[in-house]
Amino acid sequence: MAGHVDTASSTAAERPPALSLGPIGWMRANLFNTWYNAILTVLIGWAILMIVPPLFRWAIVNAAGFDATSPQCRQATGACWAFVNEKMRFILFGTFPYAEQWRPLLATAIIVATLAAAANRRFWKPWFVAVSLGALALFGVLMWGGVLGMTYVENSLWGGLPLTLILSVIGLSVAFPFSILLALGRRSTMPAIKAICVAYIELIRGVPLVSLLFMASVMLPLFLPTGVNIDKLLRALVAFILFEAAYMAEAIRGGLQAMPKGQYEAADALGLNYWQAMRKIILPQALAISIPPLVNTFISTFKDTSLVIIIGLYDLLGTAKAALSDPAWRGFYREAYLFIGVIYWCFCFSMSKYSRWLEQDLNRGHKR
Amino acid sequence: MATTIPQARTAAGEEIIQCLGVHKWYGEFHVLRDINLSVTKGERIVICGPSGSGKSTLIRCLNRLEEHQKGSIVIDGIELTGNLKNIELVRREVGMVFQHFNLFPHLTVLENCTLAPIWVRKKPRAEAEATAMKYLERVRIADQARKYPGQLSGGQQQRVAIARSLCMSPKIMLFDEPTSALDPEMVKEVLDVMVTLAQSGMTMLCVTHEMGFAKSVADRVIFMDRGEIVEQAPPEEFFANPKSDRTKLFLSQILNH
Repeated sequence: MAGHVDTASSTAAERPPALSLGPIGWMRANLFNTWYNAILTVLIGWAILMIVPPLFRWAIVNAAGFDATSPQCRQATGACWAFVNEKMRFILFGTFPYAEQWRPLLATAIIVATLAAAANRRFWKPWFVAVSLGALALFGVLMWGGVLGMTYVENSLWGGLPLTLILSVIGLSVAFPFSILLALGRRSTMPAIKAICVAYIELIRGVPLVSLLFMASVMLPLFLPTGVNIDKLLRALVAFILFEAAYMAEAIRGGLQAMPKGQYEAADALGLNYWQAMRKIILPQALAISIPPLVNTFISTFKDTSLVIIIGLYDLLGTAKAALSDPAWRGFYREAYLFIGVIYWCFCFSMSKYSRWLEQDLNRGHKR
Repeated sequence: MATTIPQARTAAGEEIIQCLGVHKWYGEFHVLRDINLSVTKGERIVICGPSGSGKSTLIRCLNRLEEHQKGSIVIDGIELTGNLKNIELVRREVGMVFQHFNLFPHLTVLENCTLAPIWVRKKPRAEAEATAMKYLERVRIADQARKYPGQLSGGQQQRVAIARSLCMSPKIMLFDEPTSALDPEMVKEVLDVMVTLAQSGMTMLCVTHEMGFAKSVADRVIFMDRGEIVEQAPPEEFFANPKSDRTKLFLSQILNH
């Protein structure tokens, strides 16, 4: 131990020169280590100086207070947070009856809590599927009502955050198993199954999501017999599921292709049948490899739910736009979009962070 | 389901593997030519030959990792055809050890060993774990049971792979160059396990270049070249008195280096 201390406290001559130590050393090593990095550092420093102070003045110094009136806001040179304060409940919950808005709030909390629990690997058990379905049922009861003294609210009145969440959560959780089957089918040795899966994936990937949503909402009713009416929300969900499944299938196929042949052979040699081999050996490893592209799809799906506005559903983006159309508060675009932007960012960034943690956690201990 | 499993049709000394006129092609390439081979229960066979001679392909045909295109292969009374049920029945009774171990990296050593007994043999978990610990003990690696394969050395991984196969209580063990991917200092620990296994009366077919192993435990050495069985004899005779020129050439190359 003593020897250690001796070598650690070196004499002045053995110490590195002062210029490579401390904040100056850090800056030399990271910001000005080459001439082009030095130019970039100066340019970015200048950009920060140009952007941050005005933003700060707009958002905080010159902003009108939270309880300012619309005319007061128009006189102020800064942000009008009173608009967000005034319209927050409408943006978050849409046209849901005002007095009943504790219901979507609670429903949203239940979904977020279930998602947080699902993130924990301790809950990756079959029984958690039942819990999730229970949470979903609870969401439905709260949103629709009609029981336990809650008034019935039809789902054309749903909007805002609960709508965004339910479209993403149900869309992704139904599309995910579907996409696994598609990915396995695409690699199947049975020609008919393979052809169907390839055709499906390539067909769906070839059309924009917007056109699928249009087809689901405008064209589908034309083919249905009169009197049969599928709910608009359900039609949007089906479009999302069909679309995302094709993309996720390709992400999973990438993981399947990365699996060494020896893993399939070892599973076969032990007498596991196809589904056992897939479930116990191949998919756990292939899905772990596919996490980055899968999360990519998850994040883009979450944001793509805002496209439902084109078929007349009011998700978070839709309600924000609708809030702006109030004549008294017209024109406060920046505040509205910044507000929902922050909400979207929180969800997407959590997904991104979680996926990085999950990747590390799954790889721990068994790196090849 | 259980009633269709043929219960030990073969007693000691009876034929457990029978290949008749087996041919296989990879595209145009004729990889197995008219293989006739019969193995009796408890026999220990070493298959050797130059690379590309079809020896790995032959033993991979015995559990249908490869499909033969002509002739018949009967394992423990079950003929290998396209019938998936039969293939799964055969695979339960035939263990295989690979050159690159092929352990499941996302499962612990113990889970690697219990997976197939639990899912294929439908054994209760506690019983499967007890059996697995017994075999891990036998390959002298029981203290690593909770580790992941990636944390073990090559020799340790191969011993786990042997234990994993044994946990299915197979009637036949196939070894496909089990020591070829190992660092030299780890070859012995794997061979020692294989020798112990051979002494226990297991029917074994080993593709290997370890001639010392062949001399000490094999009942019969088979020499393959260009997809054919060129020569087969007990090891004393095979090494002392090879008959064909191809065998002599091969032996001179492999024994002199």
